[in-house]
Amino acid sequence: MYGNDFDIDDPGAGPLNAADGGAVEAAAAHEDRRAELGTTSFDAIIAADQRVEPHDDMPEEYRQTLIRQVAQHAHSEIIGMQPEGNWIARAPSLRRKAILIAKVQDEAGHGLYLYSAAETLGIDREELLDRLHTGKQKYSSIFNYPTLTWADCGAVGWLVDGAAIMNQVPLCRCSYGPYARAMIRTCKEESFHQRQGFELLWELMRGTPEQQAMAQDATNRWWWPALAMFGPRDSGEHAVKGGHTAQSMAWGIKRFSNDDLRQKFVDMTVPQAERLGVKLPDPDLKWNADRGHYDFGEIDWDEFWRVIKGDGPCNAQRMERRVAAHEQGRWVREAAAAYAAKEASRREAATREGSAA
Amino acid sequence: MSDNGTGGTFSAQAASASYLLGLGDDALVYAQSLGSWLTWAPALEEEMALANVALDLIGQARPLLTLVGQLDGTGRSEDDLAYQRDERDFHNVHLVEQPRGDFAREMARMLWFAAYHRELYGALRASTEPTLAAIAAKALKEVRYHFDHASQWVVRLGDGTQESHERMSAALSWAAPYVDELFEDDSSSVSAAGTGLGVLPSTLRPAAQVAVEAVVTQATLTLPPPSRWRSRGGRDGVHSEPMGALIAEMQHLARAHPTATW
Repeated sequence: MYGNDFDIDDPGAGPLNAADGGAVEAAAAHEDRRAELGTTSFDAIIAADQRVEPHDDMPEEYRQTLIRQVAQHAHSEIIGMQPEGNWIARAPSLRRKAILIAKVQDEAGHGLYLYSAAETLGIDREELLDRLHTGKQKYSSIFNYPTLTWADCGAVGWLVDGAAIMNQVPLCRCSYGPYARAMIRTCKEESFHQRQGFELLWELMRGTPEQQAMAQDATNRWWWPALAMFGPRDSGEHAVKGGHTAQSMAWGIKRFSNDDLRQKFVDMTVPQAERLGVKLPDPDLKWNADRGHYDFGEIDWDEFWRVIKGDGPCNAQRMERRVAAHEQGRWVREAAAAYAAKEASRREAATREGSAA
Repeated sequence: MSDNGTGGTFSAQAASASYLLGLGDDALVYAQSLGSWLTWAPALEEEMALANVALDLIGQARPLLTLVGQLDGTGRSEDDLAYQRDERDFHNVHLVEQPRGDFAREMARMLWFAAYHRELYGALRASTEPTLAAIAAKALKEVRYHFDHASQWVVRLGDGTQESHERMSAALSWAAPYVDELFEDDSSSVSAAGTGLGVLPSTLRPAAQVAVEAVVTQATLTLPPPSRWRSRGGRDGVHSEPMGALIAEMQHLARAHPTATW
């Protein structure tokens, strides 16, 4: 369905994101050989690169690491609905309005899969939401930046979803089965969103000077925060000492380092920016023939940590909105629970009457 | 209104276009109102459901508005009609332009609107205008779901907790003054029904009323007595105050860049 009215699918231009063109299927390709293992020991399953399932024994630290990661991912999906939802009312065509509503709806759906995946680890959604609302668990810091113009919807799709996919495709073969399977569907939908974002900007860059300026401005504001989505540097002064990376790698939760994924993202995105006609806001960005990669400048790590710690443009706003929505919906959820309980007791009474008769 | 320029006579085609504009605008403006729920729904499942209803309604509005532009001879596109008309040229009823209230209000609105929509599209499957008949056949499946969804919530809320019962009861009272307008025959619908393109709204009321009453009864609630005032005028482009803000927000970006495509 792409390519009918625009030529973003120039063959030879390469995939638009890390999930494009069968990459999800390849990443998710997995042969279930657990039956041959002859043991359900956690270490044997991990050593054989097989999937751990909810009823398997697993170290408590593995369970807690996954709960934290899957919940943070779920929280990011539902907080991520806010910056894009911000433009639903103002989408400038009915086609774009439908695309945007569908995208925000998909994000709610991703939140649902992910909370469900987390629930298989023995914790419920209500508890996870409580941890989000009380600040005990985090969401991706990228959503603490505002969507200021229509072009931001395109930049979020192209860059933020593009970076998210780069992180998530390897998770399609995460050692924890329910998370890996949730990621397969999520990546396919994210890939679609990323392409829609690219196409939105493509249209702007072929539009009026004002539209082009809007697209460039959004690219300027989202490029660095998108690069920061891959997290701290692997080594050197900007690395984090004593993080969870080594353990997550050993457990088959994480497959590639932050810097490796960031480099892949830059390498994939620079040619796309050229095709779009936008300039990436980094004077140090240039092809390095020796390395076979693009070199790029240093992220503003002070800003990175500041936003993570709560001092970003929208941290307070996002949480306030989320908590307010949750509180406003409380009476509805209580009513649904009360009605379900009444129905259950009515059914029970009917059954008793039936057996008495 | 839609004067076709032939000295004030209201041609059958212009009347048809005016009638269809009412249908298209109802769907468009309700979708716009529902869109404001996203990130505010009481649960994730409901975020998805409300988005779904909004998407269905946009999906109905787009071909309806396109058909208007074909029938009225102006060749206006769906976006010309959605984004470049002023408030007085919108023909939707007042119910759909009201701002988001609490969740009970939304379900009261959806229950009535979907009950109306279900009868409307059921009847329009027999329209003499084949495109409209096709739109109606597809839309009927969608609005059956909208009715089902609203029904389930009205019952849960009515028969849930004391608070939800009171809120649902208040919500039905809130919606009541807007209901008559849905089923009112105006010159466009009389004309459109006369040619077989459309259907008289008044003929849709008995079945819709029965369906709503059944749900309300199951919800352990009663419909309120007639209110002292009722909304009127939407089909003639006379709206309530919230409509101005709604279309200002909807149209602002498109109007700020009149030569742009998106």
